Amino acid sequence: MSSVSLGIPAVPPRGFGNISAVEPFPQAAHRELGNAQLRENLGHATHTIRDKRLRVVSELPDWQALRDAGSAIKTEAMSRLPELLTQFEEQFTARGGTVHWARDAAEANRIVEGLIRETGSDEVVKVKSMATQEIGLNEYLEERGIAAFETDLAELIVQLGHDKPSHILVPAIHKNRTEIRDIFLREMPDVDPALTDEPRRLAMAARAHLRRKFLSAKVAISGANFGIAEMGTLGVVESEGNGRMCLTLPETLITVMGIEKVLPRAQDLEVFMQLLPRSSTGERMNPYTSLWTGVTPGDGPQNVHVVLLDNGRTRALADRHGRSALHCIRCSACMNVCPVYERTGGHAYGSTYPGPIGAILSPLLTGVEAEENSSLPYASSLCGACFDACPVKINIPEILVHLRGEDVEAKHGRDAGPGGADRAGAKSSGRRRGLPTQMDVALGAASWALSSGDRLGLLEKGLPVARALAGRDGKISRLPGLGAGWTQSRDIPAPPSESFRSWWKKRQKDAPPADGDGSTRGPATGGATSDGATEGEAQ
Amino acid sequence: MKIALFATCIVDAMYPRVAQATVQILERLGHEVVFPAGQACCGQMHLNSGYFREALPVVENHVKTFEAGFDGGEYDVAVAPSGSCVASVKHQHAMVARWAVEKGERRADATLEARAAAVGDRTFELAQLLTDVLGVTDAAAQLGSYLPGTIAYHPSCHGMRLLRLGDRQLNLLRSVEGLDVVDLPEADQCCGFGGTFAVKNADVSSAMLADKVANICGTGAAACAGGDASCLMHIGGGLSREQRTTAGDAPVRTLHLAEVLASTREHPLTFDGGLALAGSPAGGAR
Amino acid sequence: MSAREEILGRVREALGAEPAAVQPSALAEYRTESGLDEDALVELLVDRLEDYKARVEVVPRGNVAAAVRARLEGKEFAVPEGFPAEWLDPSLDERAVRDSREAPLAVVRLDGLDAVVTSSAVSIAETGTIVLDGSPDQGRRAISLVPDHHVCVVPVETIVGIVPEGFARLDTTRPLTLISGPSATSDIELERVEGVHGPRTLDVIIAR
Repeated sequence: MSSVSLGIPAVPPRGFGNISAVEPFPQAAHRELGNAQLRENLGHATHTIRDKRLRVVSELPDWQALRDAGSAIKTEAMSRLPELLTQFEEQFTARGGTVHWARDAAEANRIVEGLIRETGSDEVVKVKSMATQEIGLNEYLEERGIAAFETDLAELIVQLGHDKPSHILVPAIHKNRTEIRDIFLREMPDVDPALTDEPRRLAMAARAHLRRKFLSAKVAISGANFGIAEMGTLGVVESEGNGRMCLTLPETLITVMGIEKVLPRAQDLEVFMQLLPRSSTGERMNPYTSLWTGVTPGDGPQNVHVVLLDNGRTRALADRHGRSALHCIRCSACMNVCPVYERTGGHAYGSTYPGPIGAILSPLLTGVEAEENSSLPYASSLCGACFDACPVKINIPEILVHLRGEDVEAKHGRDAGPGGADRAGAKSSGRRRGLPTQMDVALGAASWALSSGDRLGLLEKGLPVARALAGRDGKISRLPGLGAGWTQSRDIPAPPSESFRSWWKKRQKDAPPADGDGSTRGPATGGATSDGATEGEAQ
Repeated sequence: MKIALFATCIVDAMYPRVAQATVQILERLGHEVVFPAGQACCGQMHLNSGYFREALPVVENHVKTFEAGFDGGEYDVAVAPSGSCVASVKHQHAMVARWAVEKGERRADATLEARAAAVGDRTFELAQLLTDVLGVTDAAAQLGSYLPGTIAYHPSCHGMRLLRLGDRQLNLLRSVEGLDVVDLPEADQCCGFGGTFAVKNADVSSAMLADKVANICGTGAAACAGGDASCLMHIGGGLSREQRTTAGDAPVRTLHLAEVLASTREHPLTFDGGLALAGSPAGGAR
Repeated sequence: MSAREEILGRVREALGAEPAAVQPSALAEYRTESGLDEDALVELLVDRLEDYKARVEVVPRGNVAAAVRARLEGKEFAVPEGFPAEWLDPSLDERAVRDSREAPLAVVRLDGLDAVVTSSAVSIAETGTIVLDGSPDQGRRAISLVPDHHVCVVPVETIVGIVPEGFARLDTTRPLTLISGPSATSDIELERVEGVHGPRTLDVIIAR
């Protein structure tokens, strides 16, 4: 593989569409946290799916080996991407399909519109697809007089509710059964007014509502879970049969697929068809998976297209430390286990891709310099639950930290605080540098203090003063600036009167090390002393 | 065995009793404890906040300080009473060294990555050291650990998921004489600390904390024990703010694993002159 | 520059001079064989299908026609041209509607039928998955989709234990449909409900 070296490699263009936060995450989270119904719905749904996932995952003795294999196959696919894409194109074309390439969201939308126009149709049925959500295809088509009907139940709920998806697997996860019934009663013309909120009844209402659409649709639009380079096969994994309806009945089928979805071999499916269903819906296997290769004469759509989408994927690929985010198979396990997602829901992330994977993928697609996405990498306590749950072992916490580093590099002031370490070493000049933030100043100072035992020891001599500043109840309940974030819900204990370092020094003086057995250096305080006990206790 | 204590900055400055307790435990087992004076901090707060450049001197100081002792034969292993600080030493130090080289930092040192890895390999979290290296399986029998009362146990995220401590901390607590360790619902859920996450996303962090506090208090335990002073400071700060008390009107506390293990019949852990877990186990916290 | 050239160029540039990753086959330490015997395979498949709320019965090869008749009696149903004649009781002929790639039934006609009967290509016991591959005994994809009731015959020799054994037997260039129970959704509060757009009733007849 040859690479043109021009000194600084060009950064591929960013992606556009529904992959950006519209406001900083903390602000959006603040609003969503205030929605008690949302919190309850999300808590219920995420806990249900967590238990199911754990149950079916623990059934497989080789789960970790499957995760390793999934990760290795994706790594291989990314490293061979030019070759695999070309092979996919050849195979898909040889079997009667047409391949289109789209640099970004706008180009993909234009291609799809053109293909629909060629059929003479002004409406399409859609299978749930993250790629078309990402590029905003529905809105684009609607503006141009083409009606796009979502057929997945959750997408239908979102569409009828004039709402936005908040989860990649269950876009309406933020709605409970009663809210869904109310949407159906309001928006479905032929619905039975006696509709109850029993999930089965709601599913039946959706069936009745969409039946005629399926049977008469001329054009369908789908995404793809996999594209197999070896033979040009595409695959869609689903549950309800709406996918099969769209992939089978219309004459024209247009699939929009991100370039990272390509897999080398058909055999690779044996790994992903075990990883994906168990990780996403917590089932041993999803009810329906359709695999098609170009055109099958006499069976299914005869006019078959695929649009291969970049839209920032090459930008993500160019980031060596972030590119494994492209391994994502869109299972949603990471968001289902995420304590942050569980409390804020998906809308807080702004992008089509919420939760932990969204917090890395969105800024990787747009570049973390994109102001609107720069708060996303911080939307995590780095608890690591997402990494454990990820079926292809994307180290999300590590990439979050990497992107935080890129963000700090890109825009925070460098000349911060006393000793704000080594600004002279900043080679990546030329980027926008803002005024130092409180965080810059605080962490710059902390760097100075914490990079030497002597300096830390010196500062610790001030502990009695800090202790005196604490209230009579021995705690600090109000701090200014950044600290206010802490004290909004947490006290800080009164500091101890003496650091460990200082205590240790005295102890060494009082009882020099015994020679020989090296056992004790004079009794350490037995248990905790009354002094030591109250110190540092946040009570 | 000669053991270097890495106290960690938060314990050194805010919770000296935790480091004192660690010293007691190790000496009780007949080991010699050394406190390398040059130590300060693991740099985790900087690293996790994306301030790699500022983390670099902190990491360099840690590696330099501890490798000197290893190389000079002053100690065989290092121990810290913190899962997250040990995880940072083991996993993040080499990463930041690599970062510096890649970015062409002025103070980048091509040898730092390997040196950091060598220090990381010989650094252990307290329960890890006790269980895997020192063979402690029964705290009551081997350490004389005694603490009457009821506690809940919060396994901190980094110990659980980065160090894979499994039940090491829990098993040690369960083997303390007189101590009843109750099941904490949703124990594996993060308390919401996350370093600067607690201030950058204070609302989400507070919501996570509120659930953790409610779960702890729902058990009726007099205290929540754990292996990370930072998480305990967070949880304790929430308990304090909400003025949570036990049925016996004592405040619901947080206790570090080391403090619990260091408590003995002769010198039981006390607070304000009373037994540490007064007010338990009768009734629930409120 | 065409979009194709530009994207491929970006990909190459992004990857730089890094060597391609090793083929992962060397790393494949997951199971590729279940080692189950026929009794165990049948038992497992039945268990998994019933878990999905499919109706399952296991019958001797000679009784398949009777079992199919019991499921379809009194119903008007689609049947693919290549469906084995010995599995279709002559008494059902009158209400059996034939379909093939050459003479396909219109979608509205399919929608008016009560049921469909097909054979199947491969079944995976561990996941309760039946695979149709569009062979003449299984027919076009539309026929096993539109009617609300699918009666599917699973010859015992087509049952394998685990997913890798299943894919090893399949030709991915054929139109494949993997079916694991009747259609279902988990879209409302993540609770599974059977029966949405695909057939709401799945009857499986395992022929031994």
